[in-house]
Amino acid sequence: MLRKNFAAKTLTGLTAAIKRAVFAERYARLPGLLQGLDPRGKILTFLALLIATAVTHRMEVLMGLYLLTIFLALASRIPLDFFIKRVWLFIPLFTGAIALPEILNVITPGRTVCTLATLAAPINWGPVHVPAEITITEQGLRGAAILILRVATSVSLSVLLILTTEWACLLRALSSLRFPKVGVLILGMTYRYIFLFIKVAEEMFLALMSRTVGRSSLREQQHWISARLGFLLNRSANLSNEVYLAMLSRGWNGQARFLDDFCFQWKDAVWVAFTCVVLVGIFLLDMGLK
Amino acid sequence: MKTPIFVLSDVGYSYPDGLPALRKISFTIMPGENVVILGVNGSGKSTLLKLLDGLYFPTEGTINAFGKSLTERRLQDDSYAFAFRRRIGFLFQDPDVQLFSPTVWQEVAFSPLQMGLPKKEVEERVNAALSVLAIEKLRDRVPYQLSEGEKKKVALASLLALDPEVWLLDEPTANLDPRTQDWMIEFLLSLTDKGKTLIVALHELEVAEVIGGQAYILGEDHHLAVQGHPHEILRDEKVLLQANLLHRHRHFHAGFEHRHPHRH
Repeated sequence: MLRKNFAAKTLTGLTAAIKRAVFAERYARLPGLLQGLDPRGKILTFLALLIATAVTHRMEVLMGLYLLTIFLALASRIPLDFFIKRVWLFIPLFTGAIALPEILNVITPGRTVCTLATLAAPINWGPVHVPAEITITEQGLRGAAILILRVATSVSLSVLLILTTEWACLLRALSSLRFPKVGVLILGMTYRYIFLFIKVAEEMFLALMSRTVGRSSLREQQHWISARLGFLLNRSANLSNEVYLAMLSRGWNGQARFLDDFCFQWKDAVWVAFTCVVLVGIFLLDMGLK
Repeated sequence: MKTPIFVLSDVGYSYPDGLPALRKISFTIMPGENVVILGVNGSGKSTLLKLLDGLYFPTEGTINAFGKSLTERRLQDDSYAFAFRRRIGFLFQDPDVQLFSPTVWQEVAFSPLQMGLPKKEVEERVNAALSVLAIEKLRDRVPYQLSEGEKKKVALASLLALDPEVWLLDEPTANLDPRTQDWMIEFLLSLTDKGKTLIVALHELEVAEVIGGQAYILGEDHHLAVQGHPHEILRDEKVLLQANLLHRHRHFHAGFEHRHPHRH
């Protein structure tokens, strides 16, 4: 098998990015539980659930919320393996790096679960104290588990909202919830033109590959890519100027206007009521703990 | 007597770096007229259309639109700007420039909403425009999923929803397959049947002949080289060779090769 070079890897990455985004939009059109809800109610209830996830201190509550996201994904016809992979792919990388030191008695003192290393003597570096015996503590493990579970639940809720709501509906809902309209317009245009530039970049890489014979060094490839980035930046500046002219030509005067055609139905009321019950339950459980 | 749509007097335009795009352009366009602006790439056709749409402003000379001088200051007044924009629609050469909304429906609704039309009227106009162009099935699609021909149709629908009196079209037939190109020409002719004023920038001479009306040829020196009826101008080899719209090259006729001035 041929080893992929730097440019080929970039090309594959760009193509995959387009496919992932287009493929993910398909889930938002499936006839599932969350897809059928009014996006405005969905945004507000998911925001409330995200806040509850951020403030709760009880692991059982976080586990319950995470299981709720799994149930909602299933009820919304999102393949479980796709959903779980999308959430858990980056958590070990980012949250794991933060949570790992927390399990040690250096950061979180407590009851020893197992000993990792024994030093000749304790070390003191100013305010830092390293005990002679470096151990994993029960309190540390619990703290790390809560952190990871909190991040996983928050990411799951965000992914679920995005996967079950078409981007255009999400933007319209944001605008009808009094989110600044210019902000909504900029978000929409960013999303729209990212695809155009990914396509342009993909074509540039294909053109390079069609003219490349033999092997080029990594340095040559990096030089080519940095030159193309400059070209893309230039092109995006020209395009933004033309887009602005096209907007002016069609009556843009600095104020964005959207048509709000959402309809709040009985199923939305049921969903809001259910979320309220969940939130009250979380509050009572948290208070009970204290 | 009817008020002219546009009166251009010695209009010139230079880019900020000083490079000239247009020099001493003068003409008058009357309501319901079909105007074809011909010229090679870089002759200033697109710049001229942008000047007529009040997107650029002349660095020399004056433009009068609907009986009033068209200036940057005047277009800063919202009531004048809305009235002006409602009367003029501009189809950009690159449809990606024009399709900036997340979905086709929102794209077509953009202008009527900006003009402050009531919700019901906006819906009616958008649905009618999609229906006229037979693109109802695209209403919830996102622009990056569309073909070039579909993008052009959506861009046209977004103008149709506003139903302007004057249509400025920059290379409307560029990058289209022959069938969509024919459809586009038919569409443009249907606009002239409705009494609309068409101002079309082109470099395809055959399309210019079909659209008819008045033709203006911009030379490579950015001056107006010649004006007249397309049927007469397009038979004047000397003029066409001067404007670089005709060139001498070899090609084939029924299997044998020869060389003479030729146009595509």
